[in-house]
Amino acid sequence: MCDTASPNQFVKKLDDYIDSLTNKKENLIGVLHYAQEIYGYLPNNVQWHIAQKLDIPSAMVYGVVSFYSFFTMIPRGEHVVNVCTGTACFVRGAEKLKEELENQLKIKAGETTPDNLFTLETLRCVGACGLAPVMIVDGEVHGRMHEPQAINEVLAKYRPES
Amino acid sequence: MKLINIDALKALQAQSLKLLESRRVAEAITTKNAQGHVRHVMVCGGPGCHSSGSPRIAEVLEEELNRRGLSDTIKVFEPGCFGFCEKGPMIEIFPDKVTYCEVSADDVTTIVEEHFIKGNVIEHLLFMDPNTKERFATNIPFYDGQLRIALRNVGSIAPENILEYIAADGYQALSKVLFSMKPFEVIDVLKQSGLRGRGGAGFPTGVKWELTRKSEADQRYIICNADEGDPGAFMDRSVLEGDPHSVLEAMLIAGATIGASEGFIYVRAEYPAAIHRLKIAIAQARDFGLLGKEILGSDFSFDIELKLGAGAFVCGEETALIHSIEGARGEPSVKPPFPAQKGLWGKPTCVNNVETLANIPPIILNGAEWFSAIGTEKSKGTKVFALAGKVNNVGLVEVPMGTTLRQIIFDIGGGIKQRKTFKAAQTGGPSGGCIPTKYLDSPIDYESLASIGSMMGSGGLIVLDEDDCMVNIAKFFQEFTMDESCGRCTACRVGTKRLYEILTKITEGKATLEDLDNLEKLCHIIKDTALCGLGQSAPNPILSTLKYFREEYIAHVVDKNCPAGVCSHLLKYEITDKCVGCTLCVKKCPMHCITGTTKKRHVIDQERCLKCGACMDQCRVIGAIIRH
Repeated sequence: MCDTASPNQFVKKLDDYIDSLTNKKENLIGVLHYAQEIYGYLPNNVQWHIAQKLDIPSAMVYGVVSFYSFFTMIPRGEHVVNVCTGTACFVRGAEKLKEELENQLKIKAGETTPDNLFTLETLRCVGACGLAPVMIVDGEVHGRMHEPQAINEVLAKYRPES
Repeated sequence: MKLINIDALKALQAQSLKLLESRRVAEAITTKNAQGHVRHVMVCGGPGCHSSGSPRIAEVLEEELNRRGLSDTIKVFEPGCFGFCEKGPMIEIFPDKVTYCEVSADDVTTIVEEHFIKGNVIEHLLFMDPNTKERFATNIPFYDGQLRIALRNVGSIAPENILEYIAADGYQALSKVLFSMKPFEVIDVLKQSGLRGRGGAGFPTGVKWELTRKSEADQRYIICNADEGDPGAFMDRSVLEGDPHSVLEAMLIAGATIGASEGFIYVRAEYPAAIHRLKIAIAQARDFGLLGKEILGSDFSFDIELKLGAGAFVCGEETALIHSIEGARGEPSVKPPFPAQKGLWGKPTCVNNVETLANIPPIILNGAEWFSAIGTEKSKGTKVFALAGKVNNVGLVEVPMGTTLRQIIFDIGGGIKQRKTFKAAQTGGPSGGCIPTKYLDSPIDYESLASIGSMMGSGGLIVLDEDDCMVNIAKFFQEFTMDESCGRCTACRVGTKRLYEILTKITEGKATLEDLDNLEKLCHIIKDTALCGLGQSAPNPILSTLKYFREEYIAHVVDKNCPAGVCSHLLKYEITDKCVGCTLCVKKCPMHCITGTTKKRHVIDQERCLKCGACMDQCRVIGAIIRH
């Protein structure tokens, strides 16, 4: 998710992107997408920086960041595990899948494991309703996740080999 | 290569036709006889097949064909969604017209050797009707009764190649509009065709275009609403991924008609594949001079910009969407003024949904009468439904308006999973309602769905069976709208939360009949007072389940019982005298609250029981553990 560049390089990358835009203020959401891609999240200082660069109040930046669920102000773990909670997955056991993941990872949805390896989140519908219930790890969809064993095997793939 | 005029487009189409030749044979050429032909293998790249490994199948297949020197005569394509997600990953081979289901990368060698080299159809990969056990190489019953207009190219052309779209009559409707139609004629065709917005509300598209055109302004905008937020609907995603040019062409037609030189596609950030395909399509259209200045040599100039959403359901509402494009919080504003009068940056703006747009090029080419001959009196054409839930054939289906729920769920959908009993169909997502068994035979259109307390919505169709608790379903949707409420108006911000709290009380067995009365009253208050469509329709799932399944609410409130056995607070697990004392449940209970020794009847400590059901899942003796 994050680049391995130093913070200064992050700032430069972000500034270059903002400078390349013709309509800066209107592209606030696009800028935030870009910033989250390089930083992994949107901490206060990044929001402050964007506000100054776009010449808009920082309250406006915060207002937008806090409005959209895609943006986060908390750093995520190395791998993001999402449970689809769309209707099709819901009626085919998404709730059980979420509970099982919470058990196996020992965290609640919205939290990150202490070793910073996994963040557990929920999202609405990825369109793989035929495979319900599904979990998504770093964008990769894993379907028909009914059995604890199958869930464990998927997570194991993302754990470092010990 | 820039297309400078209409003749250049026609010449390019004539040249490109050979790309689709193998796929367009009228009669299937038997697998044995097909060996001399250039074969096309279409590997479904829809969301479901993609997730279950279709890219890997395509990759292994290409490697295998290369290795055997067959890649000149057998070509592999990854088109959009075939629709039959249940049996994915699917591949279709032309000109044999043979479809294989549930293919894995391990089957590739067999397919190459048996099908391509020996000319034999591989029986065990063909679709099998679960009831008759009959196998189908082609004409799979799932597609009977379907009519593909919006999805006409999805699954049959390679979406990343503009030439295939052009070969399939692509951009012909645009050239007709630019060179032989006046704007008011286009609007007339749309009005006469009876096309209505497929995003949910069903507003006549022609009227929307006319209103935008009539608003005085120096600039107007066209926006494609691709913020498909209904959880369980994925038709817009399939169109964007499988046929992105049809959306671009329709936006161009809209631009030329309403007098806009700029268009925006507002697409969910959750759809990276759709974004990728749109970027490619836009770049190709620019290369070919189909976007940019003086398109096809006319005086019409138009360009399209992609705008990414950031995860807010309310942004599907057009005024909220417009604010989001402007870079602000996606909060709706009071209508009027409508976007057609005062929209993006204060200019007249026309917002159309993806599926609506995908219908437009064929309407222009085939005429209003062709389109209006399909469907019911007030709802013309077809509708795409994302059929999911407890149905055998999960998938994307496009049927003429007026098709009954029974045809969709039982004929196309193949009935209910595990031979259970149908209970209800949920349409319209969080804004819709549940349709009970007695309406299975009513024809589906905008009016009929509204009259039975649901709505068309974007086309999510979730099938529920005897194991689904309707109160719990209502609670699920309420949680969704509560989360997604933007917080601007009190009715929605506070109201949806109160509704959710009452529903939680009901599912936990703590509610009284007074709570049930308050629930219903509050539903009507929110419906009457919320600012935008999200809030006004938020109580629909509750009102429709109250209307058709009130006895289930009563059972929860009065009898403290969940008839479907879902609401865990109301359940009780008991071990009967059929227990053989195998100790399996004792070992599996996460709370260690089952006691008993070998060969003696076990007992559950009801005080500590979590009602997780692990014991019942494990028990091998029928009737030894009961839930009530």
